[in-house]
Amino acid sequence: MKRPSLPLCLNAVVLYVFLYAPIVVVIVYSFNSARRGGPWRGFTTEWYATLFHSPEKLSAVTNTVILAVASTAISTVLGTLLGYGLSRFSFPGKKLFSWLMYIPVVVPDIVAAVAMLMFCSFVRNWTGLLELGLTTMIIAHVTFQIPLIAIVVRSRLAGMDPAIEEAAHDLGADAWQKFRHVTLPLLMPGVLAGAALAFTMSIDDFVISFFTAGPGATTLPILIYSSVKRGITPDINALATLIVLASIVGTITVTMLQRRGRNEANI
Amino acid sequence: MKPKIHFGEQLSPRAEQVRSALTSGPGITWVTVFLLVPLISIVVISFMSRGTYGDVQPHFTLENFKRFLGFGAFGFDPLYPKIILRSLLMALGTVALCMIVSLPLTFFIAGLPQRWKQVALMLVVIPFWTNMLIRTYAWQIIFSGTGWLARAAASLGLIAPGDALYPSAFAVFVVLTCDFLPVLALPLYASVEKIDWSIAEAASDLGADGRRVFWHALLPQIKPGLMAGAILVFIPATGQFAIPDLMGGAKTVLLGNAIQQQFGFSRDWPFGSAISCLAMAIVMIGLWLFARTAGEEGRKTLV
Repeated sequence: MKRPSLPLCLNAVVLYVFLYAPIVVVIVYSFNSARRGGPWRGFTTEWYATLFHSPEKLSAVTNTVILAVASTAISTVLGTLLGYGLSRFSFPGKKLFSWLMYIPVVVPDIVAAVAMLMFCSFVRNWTGLLELGLTTMIIAHVTFQIPLIAIVVRSRLAGMDPAIEEAAHDLGADAWQKFRHVTLPLLMPGVLAGAALAFTMSIDDFVISFFTAGPGATTLPILIYSSVKRGITPDINALATLIVLASIVGTITVTMLQRRGRNEANI
Repeated sequence: MKPKIHFGEQLSPRAEQVRSALTSGPGITWVTVFLLVPLISIVVISFMSRGTYGDVQPHFTLENFKRFLGFGAFGFDPLYPKIILRSLLMALGTVALCMIVSLPLTFFIAGLPQRWKQVALMLVVIPFWTNMLIRTYAWQIIFSGTGWLARAAASLGLIAPGDALYPSAFAVFVVLTCDFLPVLALPLYASVEKIDWSIAEAASDLGADGRRVFWHALLPQIKPGLMAGAILVFIPATGQFAIPDLMGGAKTVLLGNAIQQQFGFSRDWPFGSAISCLAMAIVMIGLWLFARTAGEEGRKTLV
């Protein structure tokens, strides 16, 4: 492969500036001492200090974490079982249900979100259950995460040597022992990768949460959206900066772990 | 029926159903109840009408579909046909622009030495995993009236002095491209990295000029990644609501905003459902075209 030519390099530099301009601007403006945003007025760390004294923001952090942890826990169990079932057993309608896995990919999220909103309110009218709030958000997130994890798990199972499970059976393991002590440990990297994806998706999600959240159940993305609608304030920049830094650290860590995993697999 | 051998174990059809129900059952039930049923009901509700208090009346009507085609209760009104057209143009324009700028970018990354390749790729992955709302609202700061971009545009006479560059269709377009660029670039890079350059060399040895080498020797090799990236941008761009809401305001209402309006303050769920059905239909048509052009290879790249 040829070395990149000069125009190619210049083009890449322009694109990286374009991609990083918004990220850099948010970080820089989080240190701007101007109270109502606007032009640069000098350096301050005041906005970071106010973050920790704002109950509104702290509760958004708590909600986001509860939502992500609870939904990922539920969907990892159900999604792993589903991926295993879809790849190992056949049953009537399997093909149809395999297609069901791709609904979250092919339906625009706002359509799925309003569909769930209507569903929740109809169920509430008939039964009094599913009051909009953290519970409905968890249900909605799990709905999106299950197919994601099932797809990851199924593709990992497809690459696994069937001889290993056959050997386990020949050595006298029953179906449960075989799954628990042979298949699941081999599957673990896939399960963890799926769970990490699901967790990130939950933390990042705005549209699904926005429509299925009730009053009082605010997450970080919803908080950022509603604050920006009222006008950008420096403390929102500070909050956004912390989120951006967390994503950068998270991305680099996951990439490093993946690379190490791949290197070990090669040895 | 004869029991079949399953991973060394004899499994009767009955036992296999029991295992299926135990493993796939809960997940399938969950997704069916909370996603498939709501999506089917959105189709059903789109044929119903709105009651006086924003409730849903079970009277069959085609009114909602007529209304967004422009034939509402008060004669022809191009408001909704315009929204459909605007959404389609925005989504397709975003896909096209992301493609045009991603192609040289991915070739640049693939041509770097191994060490720098990892860094350059990481620099595309980081924005991909950074919250889209944050990357969107930051443009409000960049495009603000006191920013140098707005001042430069004002001195060129493009906008009035002191005005911001948003809300505008231009701002929505720029932000859509910036936000979705990594979504297209990453699957495309996976294809570009695997290019067999000997085919390109053979083509140029046989006398093809640069343009023909690209069209006939390189493009067919990267088509799966290009198409997968295109569809991954097209689907969310069609239903996008936060970006046009923050960067376009009332001037650039797209399908997503129209849906949100009907489920928000307008509270006309049947009409909102009809618009949602339309958004789904547009995406399905896009996927169908994708399946036709990209074929089996492309489908594998996507899923």
